[in-house]
Amino acid sequence: MFEPVLTRNIHRPDSEKISVYLAHGGYQAARKALTLAPEEIIEMVKRSGLRGRGGAGFPAGVKWGFMPRDADVQKIVAVNTDEGEPGTFKDREIVESDPHQVIEGVIIAAYAVGASRAYVYIRGEFFLGVKRWIKAIADAYEHGYLGENILGSGLNLDMSVHRGAGAYICGEETAMLESLEGKRGNPRLKPPYPAQTGLFGLPTLVHNIETLTCIPNIIERGSAWFAGIGTEESKGPKIFSVSGHVKHPGNYELPLGIPLREIIYEHAGGIRGGQKLKAIIPGGTSTPMLTADQIDVPMAFETLKQVGSELGTGAIIVMDESTCMVEAARRLSKFFAHESCGRCTPCRIGSQRIFEILDRMEHGKGKTGDIDLILELVQGIDGQTFCPMGAMLVNPPRSAIQRFREEFEYHITHKCCLVDAMDG
Amino acid sequence: MATVNISVDGKKIQGETGQTVLQVAREAGIYIPVLCDHPALPPEGACRICLVEIEKQGTLQPACTFPATDGLVIHTNTERVRASRKFNLELLISDHPLDCMTCEATGDCLLQDLAYEYSVEGDRFEGTKHHYSINDPNPFIQVDRNKCILCRLCVRACREINGVEAISVFYRGFGAYIGFGADSHMADSPCEFCGSCVAVCPTGALWPKMSLGKGRPWEVERIQTTCPYCGVGCQIILEVKDNEIIKVDSAWEGPSNHGWTCVKGRFGWDFVHHPDRLTQPQVRRYLLEGSQPKPGPADRHPEVAGDPWEWVETDWDTALDITAQKFRQHRDESDPRSVGVLTSAKCTNEENYLMNKFTRQVIGTNSIDHCARL
Ligand SMILES: Cc1cc2nc3c(=O)[nH]c(=O)nc-3n(C[C@H](O)[C@H](O)[C@H](O)COP(=O)(O)O)c2cc1C
Ligand code: SF4
Ligand code: SF4
Ligand code: SF4
Ligand code: FES
Repeated sequence: MFEPVLTRNIHRPDSEKISVYLAHGGYQAARKALTLAPEEIIEMVKRSGLRGRGGAGFPAGVKWGFMPRDADVQKIVAVNTDEGEPGTFKDREIVESDPHQVIEGVIIAAYAVGASRAYVYIRGEFFLGVKRWIKAIADAYEHGYLGENILGSGLNLDMSVHRGAGAYICGEETAMLESLEGKRGNPRLKPPYPAQTGLFGLPTLVHNIETLTCIPNIIERGSAWFAGIGTEESKGPKIFSVSGHVKHPGNYELPLGIPLREIIYEHAGGIRGGQKLKAIIPGGTSTPMLTADQIDVPMAFETLKQVGSELGTGAIIVMDESTCMVEAARRLSKFFAHESCGRCTPCRIGSQRIFEILDRMEHGKGKTGDIDLILELVQGIDGQTFCPMGAMLVNPPRSAIQRFREEFEYHITHKCCLVDAMDG
Repeated sequence: MATVNISVDGKKIQGETGQTVLQVAREAGIYIPVLCDHPALPPEGACRICLVEIEKQGTLQPACTFPATDGLVIHTNTERVRASRKFNLELLISDHPLDCMTCEATGDCLLQDLAYEYSVEGDRFEGTKHHYSINDPNPFIQVDRNKCILCRLCVRACREINGVEAISVFYRGFGAYIGFGADSHMADSPCEFCGSCVAVCPTGALWPKMSLGKGRPWEVERIQTTCPYCGVGCQIILEVKDNEIIKVDSAWEGPSNHGWTCVKGRFGWDFVHHPDRLTQPQVRRYLLEGSQPKPGPADRHPEVAGDPWEWVETDWDTALDITAQKFRQHRDESDPRSVGVLTSAKCTNEENYLMNKFTRQVIGTNSIDHCARL
């Protein structure tokens, strides 16, 4: 049985409180890190194999290495708690139940890259999360883990919380920086990357909070421990948010590389109501769907890529055989059309057209040629947008059509749903 | 600046580090179509019309933002590139009124030109279209959001050229539109009606009200000239049809204004053909008739023919003779200091210099000032 690490505290009463965190070994990793040389810490993170948990899976240590060494330039850590990807609810649980573990990760990251300022960006709807962040930061200041000369190490670090106003795109790191600066949340042109020119033009290290949560554990238990968990290219523990038609939806911390089947059937209790499994979105709504026969895939970056999908945020959405795939694609496309920032042509208009076509199909008004029209839109949008959103929004409709084309055809020719028809 | 060597459509060309692929290509005279790029403004990468194929890049890349680096091999007109451009144009057209027949911008519209070049079909991606009201109650600029392609050139022009930030984008996705101030009318925003936004708009979304219905681009003569309003000497391009100024365009090479103008230089042209405009010098009747003593206020009878105060048209020689004679009279009979001169920022430096000489040396007073206000 895998021992949870990142979520080891969350079931304790008052786990969000600094007293509880300290009583269970909290801030020991920060103490230890502050005695090491920054380069040593960066080396440890590199050796651990930790990859970002915000969706893109970029190697964390490499990103730390991109931060300029120049001591004269102020540097920033930006903490991404936007968690907009539907199906993902791990970050919310982390901040609500164990915010100090993240702060500890921020302290270590700030020390390693020479940052003196940390900004938290949190999704506006996370009311409890905002409160927990603010309280935790205040308590950390009071106990000397934030502020000037932290634990006598000479490290100065100020930290504050900024609430977003509810836009998926503000989770994208450069849009988040724009929003933090008080501007409209549009993605920025890259390069320059945030590590060169980030918040207010200063070098900025952006991380998802699950990634930051891994840091104190790597310091405490060592890179070899972390790298010993998982697969060749996917190391460490991972929190999988499981939702949809399972008996026990929730967050499950498990080693990367665990087969999808095990998560669904052993941890989430299998499909509810004795139904059959139909489709799975393995990494949040922006990742391509899988079919029931792909369920033995190990949940790792490289293995999911091999089966035509992605690990994304590790949010697993399970759909049983009562699910209409046209309706599923329609709803997902509605989300992306609603969340497009509107900057570039293919995403702004293309996402709307995909939704409209799926909407008319779902309502019995689909036309011959509509499937090809969607595929044409998908091809035109994919990889040709200003930010990665375009490549993300095409995944639900494309994968649904690739894997369940007959349902789309049935909707068009019979003006009704194949799933309903089979139910009799 | 280090030199970079790139190859575009088999042609080896050179640029400098820091330039984009589009800039280097443009300087070499290679055409890459754009909608959201303007040489006077920072790139935006929004329209995706300038996508080109760059070897070793998995996806098409926007020429307008892609940094030119040594060794890039670029293809600007492959089938893949053309298909992508056509796709994006067809998306834009799918939310466009397609009323080119009556549109002011016909013949002067980048979208129309590209739609033609790429043989786009208007109904490929048929769907919801926007129907915005075109009522913006200001005297100068018509705002037709139905024709807007959200290239944000206007947003950048207002920010970078006029430095005002009156325009921004409101809402997001398909619901995004350009708006003014706090999503209000232009006149309620910080807008100064410099018209820079109009000058860069690639479509008919922003258009001078004074030009509506006045003529087609192919009917006008474009005349570059110096704005007569002030001493800054902005270069402007007058669009003239049948000897009437119907529009003003930016002269981007103008050394003192680089395409910018103020509200007067852009829109203040109704005086040229105004019926009240003075076209001949005029003098008071009593001055014309020579020896008459100056009449008093009680002698003012505007309704009676022969009123001594009446303005009468005359020729320049007569008018100037009278003026010179009056100056001399005041200088010689009273005191040079009884004369004061106020010059104008509307005059050129040379004119102001001459007035300075005239005041101090010919009249003999130091009482000369300048409005320095407009
Ligand atoms: C459209 C879009 C939305 C994103 N939303 C989030 C988000 O809500 N939370 C997050 O941590 N990362 C999000 N990301 C990923 C971030 O851009 C960035 O890669 C991440 O925060 C980096 O942290 P990591 O290296 O720790 O994963 C999003 C990316 C895109 C393109
Ligand atoms: S792809 Fe374009 S419109 Fe879509 S979110 Fe990114 S920048 Fe905005
Ligand atoms: S007229 Fe000038 S100030 Fe007004 S919105 Fe246009 S660019 Fe800005
Ligand atoms: S109004 Fe014109 S310049 Fe402004 S975004 Fe629309 S099309 Fe572009
Ligand atoms: S001109 Fe390059 S994206 Fe618009």
